[in-house]
Amino acid sequence: MVRVIIEFLGGLDVIVKKQRQYKVDVQLDGKDEINVGDLIQWIVDNLIEHEGDVNVFLENDSIRPGILTLINDTDWELEGEKEYVLEDGDVVSFTSTLHGG
Amino acid sequence: MFTPPTDPKKSVKVKVSQLCELCHARKAVMKRPKNLQRICKECFFSVFETEIHNTIVSNNLFHRGERIAVGASGGKDSTVLAYVLKLLNDRHDYGVEIVLLSIDEGIVGYRDDSLATVKRNQVQYDLPLEIVSYKDLYNWTMDEIVACAGIRNSCTYCGVFRRQALDRGAAKLGIKHVVTGHNADDMAETVLMNILRGDVARLEKSTSILTQSSGSPIKRSKPFKYSYQKEIVLYAHYKKLDYFSTECSYAPEAFRGTARELMKNLEAIRPSCIIDIIHSGESLKLKPKRAKKAPPPSHMEIRPDGSVSLQNEFIDGNRCERCGYLSSNKICKACMLLEGLEQNRAKIQLEKDSTTEGAAKLSRTLEKLQF
Repeated sequence: MVRVIIEFLGGLDVIVKKQRQYKVDVQLDGKDEINVGDLIQWIVDNLIEHEGDVNVFLENDSIRPGILTLINDTDWELEGEKEYVLEDGDVVSFTSTLHGG
Repeated sequence: MFTPPTDPKKSVKVKVSQLCELCHARKAVMKRPKNLQRICKECFFSVFETEIHNTIVSNNLFHRGERIAVGASGGKDSTVLAYVLKLLNDRHDYGVEIVLLSIDEGIVGYRDDSLATVKRNQVQYDLPLEIVSYKDLYNWTMDEIVACAGIRNSCTYCGVFRRQALDRGAAKLGIKHVVTGHNADDMAETVLMNILRGDVARLEKSTSILTQSSGSPIKRSKPFKYSYQKEIVLYAHYKKLDYFSTECSYAPEAFRGTARELMKNLEAIRPSCIIDIIHSGESLKLKPKRAKKAPPPSHMEIRPDGSVSLQNEFIDGNRCERCGYLSSNKICKACMLLEGLEQNRAKIQLEKDSTTEGAAKLSRTLEKLQF
């Protein structure tokens, strides 16, 4: 089990019941280590309200281009993207950049 | 209410390979899309601000004593723009006076919320704020226009009216320079759209950083022309700036949306493509147009209202006969749209009629209803 903070910013909260921040315990059967890839699947299964909104979040099984993913304020590109193994207290944020300025 | 993003509380052990490529002292937090450099927060602030400063200086955007209006929507671009301009003005002593200028299109459930953000920004950055509304300028709110002309055309009306509204707002304040938060992604998107539409006339002009129509007292500039959207959002995130991020409740422009999607997918493969598209746009030169032959003396122009002009002399910097705004035709686009609207306005109105208020928000909510 891992205890993390997930944030949906830049208007992305609309797909997760309009709540910007979630403090959650993520537990998956048969897994000791939970990586960001698992977390994304967990979000799709547990937080996204309407199935139709999954396309707003994902494209080709990864985060949609135009959504900024930060792990502890660091671009996830520098942390190994989906392979990053989560630790207790990690903050993962998703920020949409696809809206008017 | 503004809730800033959460700070990670962890103390991180940093490997040498994770260090910032500029200061070699702190952990890199981002990869710059322009050059793929890995840099830390502090170095990012410094290069981001410096690049904008260089853009301003090398293009002579401002002069001392000038008053400039920042077109402020409350969104990420204009919020970061207002913040950075104020910072750079203090740091490098440009000697300019900055005013926030907002347009209230009258879209309940969208613009009222974003204007609340601008009002907070006004306090946070200690800058004067002026709000100009469509209702004051045109006697129509966007909600009323949509109720009358339909949701399909909303972006046409809104776009035409907003362009004038910014100029008129600036004129009201006695300001001759409007800066907008258009970023590199917007510029590249526009270049791409003009190419896809074959709109070569707009293509050449669309990349210039400073635009001014001849005869118009108001110039416009885009200091963020070379700033990536991703970096603007990151900057706002790291600086915990308060911005508004809801899509307009009326239909988004479908064509632009598709062009944007295409750009985002291209960027994912090759991040420099945004700056490359802008470069291509800047380097394009149109073959000079052949001079128009003067019309024969018997030539007559028929105006939209059916009257006929006897002398036809087209001058760049021509003014609209109705409102005096710059226009290449006898009557400007806004006045033409307004005339069409007026003819369709309900002759009798219900007392305390609130059906148009928040029409878009309501229809969006209804669309989402499920059984």
